[in-house]
Amino acid sequence: MKSRIMGLALAAVFASVSGAQAADKLKACFVYVGSKTDGGWTQAHDIGRLEVEQALGDKVETQYVENIPEGADAERAIERFARSGCGIVFTTSFGFMDPTIKIAKKYPDVKFEHATGYKTAENVTSYNSRFYEGRYIIGQIAAKMSKTGVAGYIASFPIPEVVQGINAFLLGAQSVNPDFKLKVVWVNSWFDAGKEADAAKALIDQGVDILTQHTDSTAPMQLAAERGIHAFGQASDMIAAGPNTQLTAIVDTWGAYYIKRIEAVLDGTWQTQSSWDGLKDGILTMAAYTNMPDDVKAMAEATEAKIKSGELHPFAGPITKQDGTEWLKAGEVADDGTLLGMNFYVQGVDDKLPQ
Amino acid sequence: MDLAVAIIVTVVTAATPLLIAAIGELVVERSGVLNLGVEGMMVIGAVVAFATAQTTGDPYIGILGGIAAGAFLSLLFAVLTLTLVTNQVATGLALTLLGLGMSGAIGEGYVGIPGIKLQAIEIPLLSDIPFFGDILFKQDIIVYLSFALVAGVTWFLFRTRAGLTLRSVGDSQNSAHTLGIGVIRIRYLAVLFGGACAGLAGAQLSLAYTPQWVENMTAGRGWIALALVVFASWRPLRVIVGAYLFGAVTIGQLHAQALGFGIPSQFLSALPYLATMIVLVIISRDRRLTLVNTPASLGQPFVPDR
Amino acid sequence: MRLELQKRPERSALYALLSPFIAIALTVAFGAVLFAFLGKDPVEALYVYFISPLTSTWSLHELAVKAAPLILIGVGLSVCYLSSNWNIGAEGQLVMGAIVGSTLPIVFPDFQSPVVLPLMMIMGMAGGAAYGAIPAFLKTRFGTNEILTSLMLVYVAQLFVDWLVRGPWRNPEGFNFPESRTFHDYAILPEVLASGRTHYGAVFALVAVVALAILLSRTLKGFEIRIAGQAPRAGRFGGFSASRMTFFAFLLSGALAGLAGISEVSGAVQQLRPVVSPGYGFTAIIVAFLGRLNPIGVLFAGLLLGLSYLGGEEAQIVLGLSDKITRVFQGMLLFFVLACDTLILYRIRLVRTRGAVAVAGE
Repeated sequence: MKSRIMGLALAAVFASVSGAQAADKLKACFVYVGSKTDGGWTQAHDIGRLEVEQALGDKVETQYVENIPEGADAERAIERFARSGCGIVFTTSFGFMDPTIKIAKKYPDVKFEHATGYKTAENVTSYNSRFYEGRYIIGQIAAKMSKTGVAGYIASFPIPEVVQGINAFLLGAQSVNPDFKLKVVWVNSWFDAGKEADAAKALIDQGVDILTQHTDSTAPMQLAAERGIHAFGQASDMIAAGPNTQLTAIVDTWGAYYIKRIEAVLDGTWQTQSSWDGLKDGILTMAAYTNMPDDVKAMAEATEAKIKSGELHPFAGPITKQDGTEWLKAGEVADDGTLLGMNFYVQGVDDKLPQ
Repeated sequence: MDLAVAIIVTVVTAATPLLIAAIGELVVERSGVLNLGVEGMMVIGAVVAFATAQTTGDPYIGILGGIAAGAFLSLLFAVLTLTLVTNQVATGLALTLLGLGMSGAIGEGYVGIPGIKLQAIEIPLLSDIPFFGDILFKQDIIVYLSFALVAGVTWFLFRTRAGLTLRSVGDSQNSAHTLGIGVIRIRYLAVLFGGACAGLAGAQLSLAYTPQWVENMTAGRGWIALALVVFASWRPLRVIVGAYLFGAVTIGQLHAQALGFGIPSQFLSALPYLATMIVLVIISRDRRLTLVNTPASLGQPFVPDR
Repeated sequence: MRLELQKRPERSALYALLSPFIAIALTVAFGAVLFAFLGKDPVEALYVYFISPLTSTWSLHELAVKAAPLILIGVGLSVCYLSSNWNIGAEGQLVMGAIVGSTLPIVFPDFQSPVVLPLMMIMGMAGGAAYGAIPAFLKTRFGTNEILTSLMLVYVAQLFVDWLVRGPWRNPEGFNFPESRTFHDYAILPEVLASGRTHYGAVFALVAVVALAILLSRTLKGFEIRIAGQAPRAGRFGGFSASRMTFFAFLLSGALAGLAGISEVSGAVQQLRPVVSPGYGFTAIIVAFLGRLNPIGVLFAGLLLGLSYLGGEEAQIVLGLSDKITRVFQGMLLFFVLACDTLILYRIRLVRTRGAVAVAGE
């Protein structure tokens, strides 16, 4: 008797679960590598997801799974979405690239979008943000604001995206002060508040008076505030952690992109592409320019406008590589392929890349 | 000189949570119990300390909150392993899992909020001593507590009757029981002390080290603390050596990078682990000494026959 | 009133069978309260966690993929722990197995032949075993505690693979992203059935379970392992060498962890990446103890834990239950399973608190 009641209850549950899937809405699904409240990378994507819900209302339903490790688990998480009726699946970590491609082959009717990779397919788009555009601006600001002429860069992992950022920052800085120097510390983690704080202390103790980071916690910002120097926020606006410290922040605003792509699915105009949006598309934005003199602010705003209009490209020649060889001649602009796989420094970086 | 002071002060901050958590676990292990859940107790201490400090606006009450949270989680461990005689290794690991999950759930509303930093307390006169004054006497209360804990635990274990009793429970639970010592009661107290220390270590992370809450902010420090107990061969003063050695190599490698030596950062990051291992191998070559200090009943279940 | 344990004269066969079910019943009861507290329908939540992953062929395959490495490592660790060798560095041995096994398809991509795959598996085992031999050597030669050394070596191995795939082993066609080239077809561990993703790693796990079950219960070596753990002095008098046992346990568990690593890389991921495993080597420690250090028990423990991971993902999607709640729930499940095993060896009694005189006499 008891088991029968249990059985009925289970059947009812099952019906309600599958019933939900039958609803006539587009299901947009997100696979997250971290926790949606990590205060950094994943949270930025989740804010984008919430913006989708706000903007598109009842035309769309969103779902997500968080803390999915790269590897076998990723493939399962992606396939779980694909087979449960998601119309479009966003996979938001570089390591999800190959699983996304693999699952996409099995589910040709589902659209996939993979962040920060390079592989595409019939139903797989790759999307990324030109973070380096923001880096160029903050490099210029750093060179104006620094007294010692040395900035500290807290870096996560030596991948092209991070190397682009380091180079763009230094090129920006050198456009203001050709002798500007940069010290780089790798913490081998995207998110370890303690280690990031330690790296910040090491850099400050070695004489840098301006900090920037390509890791996600606000620990370096807090530390800069404590030591009375300036710093730049990363991924989200970190002004709360350093009201008198943050000069600006490079803010990931994925929502604009997500809304655009989901609308394309709804219209039936979705097509595969390799999209690499920048400041002009709103996929990244600069937080308010604060704690700086008006002339520096005006310079930053002018640079931002020039990048948006296409008048200025951060990687425009002449640029010399770290080893002294010429990379770009005057008038040349780096092509996206080289940028995407960037694994060399420009002249002036005080660090060596593992080859 | 200034750079040296700055580096050493950084090392102190990095070593303190390791030192506190390890000294707590040392007492636990001296009583014959192996609690592998340090990471879980530490992280719960971090989040509760942060939440308490935010709610009350007082980081000192936050510290108490962290201590209470660590102790509470260790009580769960004690009930399972001591009263219900479950396997200590597995229970400790499950405790870590539980602690990480619970802390994430508790902390969801606190992510991204700048915390209240525990202020340094300058000790009059002593803080004016050149060099040492800056390093030793301009620290926050948790740093002072860490040294007090080492001194207190050393005194307690080797100079008091209660300490002798605790060690005898860890060395030979059956003889201790025969002598009429309440083995379980002492172990409960030891485990609670260990939990409280882990909670305090967590509070240091979220109130002093990096005054904020982020998920998994312990980032493996609980495991390092566990390793340091073994490294110290269960002697409190050596825990200081271990914690500071580990801290120094960790900070040192960051400075080496900032100086631009061009060594792959992964190798530098591996240095603290390798250094700890090598020093331990050198220490443990004196086998007699290690054996004398290892609690003989470590990890063994105990049920009094009545 | 207080709890008191009374040792049973012998293991209770009844409770050995019953205790997992009591534990699950308790977990279900407490889980229902937890979910109700969070405003979710408890019946639905429990269904999502424990039943729905078992209702489709797809998720059964996924369960096998998730549980196989846990079981493979867990049985190896059981031998370690039975013989009192505290190897907690299986994660590092797994990583090293994955690295050594991947040498062939990454460094010699032109060597394509059917012998590649068996060689990779053997090399993976050798790599894991060799890495496991380090703590064993330090323990037997210098008396260095193996808990510390095996744990530290985990971090070293993880940083080593990180360096490899970002540096020398980086995919030449991969735009300098941190991953190796993808394995060629001869280097991929095939799937067992056409219906899903289960690869031969699951078969290895089953073979290991059976082999170690026989080894432990039917052979002299099994007896020696138990003696080493329970009565090391008696073992010495019996002519068993403690150092040889230490090496045996570490080499065996290292080899199995290495096999799990190379199977995961070659079967599920098909290239080497900076993070090889989501902590299988640590989770397997829980699996080993949950399975009472018995290979058959480990098999079930691995499946149970795997199930809770799958159910947790399902719960996030269907119920919107956060990943953290899943981890709390897993912790609770583990606690109940461990606590209920107490019933096998002990009777639990509620007794009246004894008089004040007796307390003072303590």
